[in-house]
Amino acid sequence: MPDNAKMKAEKVDFFYGPRHALKGIDLDICENRVTAIIGPSGCGKSTFIRLLNRMNELIPNTILKGKISLDGRDIFDPSVDPVEIRRRVGMVFQKPNPFPKSIFENIAYGLKVNGVSSRKIIEERVVKSLQEAALWHEIKDRINDNALKLSGGQQQRLCIARCLAVEPEVILFDEPCASLDPVSTQKIEELILQLKKDYTIAIVTHNMQQAARVSDYTGFFLLGELIEFDRTQRIFTAPSDKRTEDYVTGRFG
Amino acid sequence: MKNGHITQKIGFSALFGCMLITMFFLGAIIYFTVVRGIGAISWGFLTQVPRSGMTEGGVAPAIVGTLYLTAGSILFALPLGLACAIYLCEYSPRGFFVNIIRMSINNLAGVPSVVFGLFGLAVFVKFMKFGISILSGSLTLGILVLPIIISATQEALMAVPHSLREASLALGASKWETIRKIVLPSALPGILTGVILSIGRVAGETAPILFTAATFYSRRYPDSVFSEVMALPYHIYALMTEGTHPEKQTAIAYGCALILMVLVLGVSAIAVYIRQRQRIQNA
Ligand SMILES: Nc1ncnc2c1ncn2[C@@H]1O[C@H](COP(=O)(O)OP(=O)(O)OP(=O)(O)O)[C@@H](O)[C@H]1O
Ligand SMILES: [Mg+2]
Repeated sequence: MPDNAKMKAEKVDFFYGPRHALKGIDLDICENRVTAIIGPSGCGKSTFIRLLNRMNELIPNTILKGKISLDGRDIFDPSVDPVEIRRRVGMVFQKPNPFPKSIFENIAYGLKVNGVSSRKIIEERVVKSLQEAALWHEIKDRINDNALKLSGGQQQRLCIARCLAVEPEVILFDEPCASLDPVSTQKIEELILQLKKDYTIAIVTHNMQQAARVSDYTGFFLLGELIEFDRTQRIFTAPSDKRTEDYVTGRFG
Repeated sequence: MKNGHITQKIGFSALFGCMLITMFFLGAIIYFTVVRGIGAISWGFLTQVPRSGMTEGGVAPAIVGTLYLTAGSILFALPLGLACAIYLCEYSPRGFFVNIIRMSINNLAGVPSVVFGLFGLAVFVKFMKFGISILSGSLTLGILVLPIIISATQEALMAVPHSLREASLALGASKWETIRKIVLPSALPGILTGVILSIGRVAGETAPILFTAATFYSRRYPDSVFSEVMALPYHIYALMTEGTHPEKQTAIAYGCALILMVLVLGVSAIAVYIRQRQRIQNA
């Protein structure tokens, strides 16, 4: 592949206790590209992207084998601080999860825990990330309102803004549009296309059209295995595996 | 159809009756305390020291003593209980050992309070040589309410959605930052409720301070944490069982009971108010 791999998973196996959730995954997340992860429910999509920012290690009794690297460095190396990985690899969750604080504080929080203390810089970055997340013009008059008063779609864009504010290098989206209406979904898709200029993006989605619209690469997971990984166009027009074809054409899953 | 209707009516009446009986006792307690206590209440009663062998004067030292003991016990139990609950909820690996600890804490809540009194006497008064003092009493009362504070805090921490913790960690916050800046603020109303229930409990307890802090007759205010103190609940007990002028003493005892009841009900009312406000905020 001509594109440069920002993150690399090599022979990754993952276990929740006795459950073998991921089996021998090899997958590259390319720089300034959007990588879509598709597959039926329970096939390990979330498990996989949550490994990329070390979120899974919060779950007890899990085992990881294989290697995942960021810019060539093993992120599970004992010398690596998970907090640093999570700062460089941001995540937007399936369900919007704003803090029960004001809109401003939601975004300022990430900056503060990352050591930004200048009020002026914080204010600038709050505005900038809200603009990037296409939320600014909707909420600019009520930036001190509680974030829980926003609509679901606005909350999700706030979560995206919150993630952008700390300027990660990679952004992981786990079904970001699952609880959103078509208008909000479209806004977020446009946003993702905007963002890939500056960020590397991985997105889990159940929506085939969405994967086809926003992504450059697509990986198809089935029962913990990566069945096929290729350019999105190929996956949707000429997949090499019969099971991929069945899935993307809606014949199962 | 008709039979069912009658059964239902009888059922409702029975429930209504039980409710009335409960209300009756509650109302009666409040009524008697107020009616028999109000006569004793005066500005002097609240602000003066006792005189003439407890038969005249005020009960200010007992009010002050109760406030000291309450403050002291919360000062001791709150940080300890908070830390313990945070550890159990957020840091300890889930498993057999932690379950045992949880069970022990819950069992601690069921231990009769006089047993805490004996424990306080043996450990704080005698072994640690704090004597009969505010310190010994506060520590004993503190241990008594530790389980309340721990379980209220644990419940409040567990009620904080996991997704908020993940959101914070995913932004590059450390676990401690997440607990301090996201989890604890969200859990605060629940923790506060636990604290206020504890205040109500310690203010009214007699047995734990019987051997560890309380004195019947004191004309002075305590001057250090090693002083003995008067306390309202013990004072009531003593007025009714000791002394030479039962008629006069009974009136004073009811006055004390009224003060104590107002204090404790007032504190509970604050707890209800906080929970109510939280419910409105969450809605
Ligand atoms: N915390 C956990 N403990 C144990 N097993 C888990 C846990 N999380 C997920 N699993 C299991 O791992 C497998 C993969 O789950 P995962 O959440 O990665 O699926 P998914 O592809 O994201 O599904 P969906 O599309 O429904 O979100 C499933 O069989 C699931 O039951
Ligand atoms: Mg999932």
